[in-house]
Amino acid sequence: MKSAVIVFPASNCDRDAATALKQLTGQTPHMVWHRDSELPQVDLVVLPGGFSYGDYLRCGAMASQSAIMRAIKAHADRGGAVLGICNGFQVLTEAHLLPGALMRNANLQFVCRPVALEVNETQSAFTRKYEHGQRVVFPVAHGDGNYFADDETLNRLEGEGRVALRYAPGQNPNGSARDIAGILNQKRNVLGLMPHPERVVDPLLGGTDGIKLFQGLLETLS
Amino acid sequence: MKVRIDVTQASPIITPELVREHGLSEAEYGRIKQLLNREPSLVELGIFSVMWSEHCSYKSTRIHLKKLPTKATHVLQGPGENAGVIDIGDGDAAIFKMESHNHPSFIEPYQGAATGVGGIMRDVFTMGARPIAMMNALRFGEPTHPKTRHLVKGVVAGIGGYGNCMGVPTVGGEVNFHRSYNGNILVNAMCVGLARADNIFLSAAKGAGNPVVYIGSKTGRDGIHGATMASAEFDDASDEKRPTVQVGDPFTEKLLLEACLELMATDAIIAIQDMGAAGLTSSSAEMGDKGGSGIELDLDKVPQREENMTAYEMMLSESQERMLAVLKPGREAEAQAIFRKWELDFAVIGITTDTKRLVVKHKGQVVADMPITALSDEAPVYDRPYAERPPASGNPAFDAGKPLLESLVTIIASPDMCSRRWVWEQYDHSVMADTVQGPGGDAAVVRVHGSNKGLAITTDVSPRYCFADPYEGAKQAVAEAWRNISAVGAKPLAVTDNLNFGNPEKPDTMYQIVAGVNGIGEACRALDFPVISGNCSLYNETNGEGILPTPAIGAVGLMADVHRMAAIGFRREGDTLILIGRNHGHLGQSIYLREIEGREDGAAPPVHLTEEKRHGDFVRNLIEQGTADTVHDLSDGGLLVAVAEMAMAGGIGAELVAAPDATASIPFFFGEDQGRYLIAAAADTARRIADAAEKAGIPHALIGRTINRKLLSVAGAGEVTLERLSTAHENWFPDYMGGLEPPPVN
Repeated sequence: MKSAVIVFPASNCDRDAATALKQLTGQTPHMVWHRDSELPQVDLVVLPGGFSYGDYLRCGAMASQSAIMRAIKAHADRGGAVLGICNGFQVLTEAHLLPGALMRNANLQFVCRPVALEVNETQSAFTRKYEHGQRVVFPVAHGDGNYFADDETLNRLEGEGRVALRYAPGQNPNGSARDIAGILNQKRNVLGLMPHPERVVDPLLGGTDGIKLFQGLLETLS
Repeated sequence: MKVRIDVTQASPIITPELVREHGLSEAEYGRIKQLLNREPSLVELGIFSVMWSEHCSYKSTRIHLKKLPTKATHVLQGPGENAGVIDIGDGDAAIFKMESHNHPSFIEPYQGAATGVGGIMRDVFTMGARPIAMMNALRFGEPTHPKTRHLVKGVVAGIGGYGNCMGVPTVGGEVNFHRSYNGNILVNAMCVGLARADNIFLSAAKGAGNPVVYIGSKTGRDGIHGATMASAEFDDASDEKRPTVQVGDPFTEKLLLEACLELMATDAIIAIQDMGAAGLTSSSAEMGDKGGSGIELDLDKVPQREENMTAYEMMLSESQERMLAVLKPGREAEAQAIFRKWELDFAVIGITTDTKRLVVKHKGQVVADMPITALSDEAPVYDRPYAERPPASGNPAFDAGKPLLESLVTIIASPDMCSRRWVWEQYDHSVMADTVQGPGGDAAVVRVHGSNKGLAITTDVSPRYCFADPYEGAKQAVAEAWRNISAVGAKPLAVTDNLNFGNPEKPDTMYQIVAGVNGIGEACRALDFPVISGNCSLYNETNGEGILPTPAIGAVGLMADVHRMAAIGFRREGDTLILIGRNHGHLGQSIYLREIEGREDGAAPPVHLTEEKRHGDFVRNLIEQGTADTVHDLSDGGLLVAVAEMAMAGGIGAELVAAPDATASIPFFFGEDQGRYLIAAAADTARRIADAAEKAGIPHALIGRTINRKLLSVAGAGEVTLERLSTAHENWFPDYMGGLEPPPVN
């Protein structure tokens, strides 16, 4: 599986994503600068966490206008896999690759802690290695992870089985609607999630629950 | 002191009042005239005022700081550069420093704390390191003070806002409350970075004819005279100083970090220094001074954020996220391309010369022309008088009838001892995916990326001990830092000190400084723990009330294999608990006395440095060999608090034996004797540890075991559930910060 990690100004989990990809796929991902207009030949594009453009407008709003986004949209349209983690999820909603928006956390504070999630949907390359309803623990680290969409959209996401991950009952760290932690696009080849799977791929660092996400991609896309 | 200078006036007459407003004494002004052989221009007066300020010149502390041990074979760079550097093997170097941003944080907590974080990060990455961990040591006023909640909220948000955006994990620190900080909070931030030992960048601008380049953000009118503000006491009108607080932009800093590291991968740089306190002035003067060269600046070329800025404003601006570098001639275009890529300003604003003078031109005129040594070597140095005060003494009385476990619950739910989760959950502590131990342990541990090595990091000081006995208290701060690093299994390597004190012109305060520095020196020598960087923050006084002496110690240690790290949480039921170190039951200045008896008296606990070293080396060896994996150092609150913390962290209960002397149960369980550790190990391992301790002549005692019930019991004193302990421990901070009613004023 070949992959690319997009580097926006003030992306800061780009190295973490690259480290996890290298560890779990055996291949070093391409690091792609946001001003590039073309992607290398890859199976997976990762939009990493961070504070692209300082989060100074809305989180992800400026990055969604980057030159590389056009190529990423084309990649997604062709059925290529796109994974947006944290700030990457925000960029994907701003770019309309995923519906809804990420608002300020309900308590207005940044939050960094391990959070229990439930895998709600296993029909995707990202989640196929997990069991339906399986509990996993990923850390969150964000100030704007409060997922919002209108009821119609939320009903549709649920009806189409596109809510990939939910915060476990009582664990919602940010006020997200219907405890949504991660969603898929209609074609199920784009996943955006606020928690960080790339930070739980090493037992030394607090868990390995993120490994299956990358393994699922590896098996599907290789 | 108020700075009200009409900077629009081209060349005002330098009046005694103007001199005073620049924080310079009459004698100092006389010396300036002597050094220049004339009256200074206004720009020159401004330059002298910041370079000779306490903040930049260390004029009250310099002669004392010289006594600190700074050398060891593993020290690659000691004090005097932007940060200190140590060798951590395999060609790697750790670069670190701790610095205060106290005065600005009190006036504007969010921006003050944020720019403190930004400043210390620049000190580290200007030397070629990628920052890999942040710590911070915070002291606030008493919780009931009307400003405290607002300050805690702003400072924590500011540290998080800047550090999180930078993508550098904030892995630990300290938070304390005491009324002496009501008018002067302390915000000390420490940054640890990683570089290759053969690619360290220094600030010496050697050679003439080399381009001086400006990189980063544009210069604005913010922060003018910040260094002077930081060198004066506060009064009731301190809020008026808000315009001297800088505004941080972590986004630009992140770009600056990446751009600098990219440039540093080339060999285009001769010298580089961040523009911190006193901005363009101190960076150019210090680079020229260290390089033995002169520097000529043309201010018309400085990227400016505002129109019609005067030379005075530009030289004294403390706009953030800026760097000054000297390049090899002909490499400007290459450097410029890198900064363009990162969308940062880049301008050649001057040239190095062989005149050893700082020459500043603006609009075709020379507005300053002064020998650089006048700003550095010739800066005033004071041997300020100090009044020795005998340390607090005596072993205070206590009510032996108070119930042990109820007191424990009270203590672990007190402002200084409760969980800091509310604080550190606002910091990203796991970004960079190398945090092996984040907040909550004895020391934070971050892995050296791509290896099994780890750096252990801690910050420590017990200001109440330092007030009772400045010498022993400072020794204790160093010893505790050394102990915390040993307790995770790392070898302590070096120290950065952040000396926070009141007004040095007061002989009582000056004594605290002198005794404190002596205590640090004594402990660092005994523990082979050199001081490689540091910062002094004096004049932490409001309306004449000084803070508790607070010489914060930041320290770094190295562990060969992070998989062997010991942690505080109990891991197994049925483990034996072994106390290492002597238990004298020292209650003077203890948390118990303060929280339960409502008294802050008695002698500070003495630190026996040879014992400290023997006990620490013994414990570290056990961890390195893989014999001990559950270890906690004993500090605030003593033995019973340590056991409670280990039980809460592991979710496993424990039963403890009674104190050997039933009448001295309280000192036994709550005394704060130094040089102690608690180890939990399986019964057979524990026997081997006890035998080894016996052979080595290390005092030890078996004091209990972990059990299969979630409670903590003490023979003859009852039991308390872990749930009750954890609830009490976790709730204080969120309850306090969530308080809707303004707290009562006492």
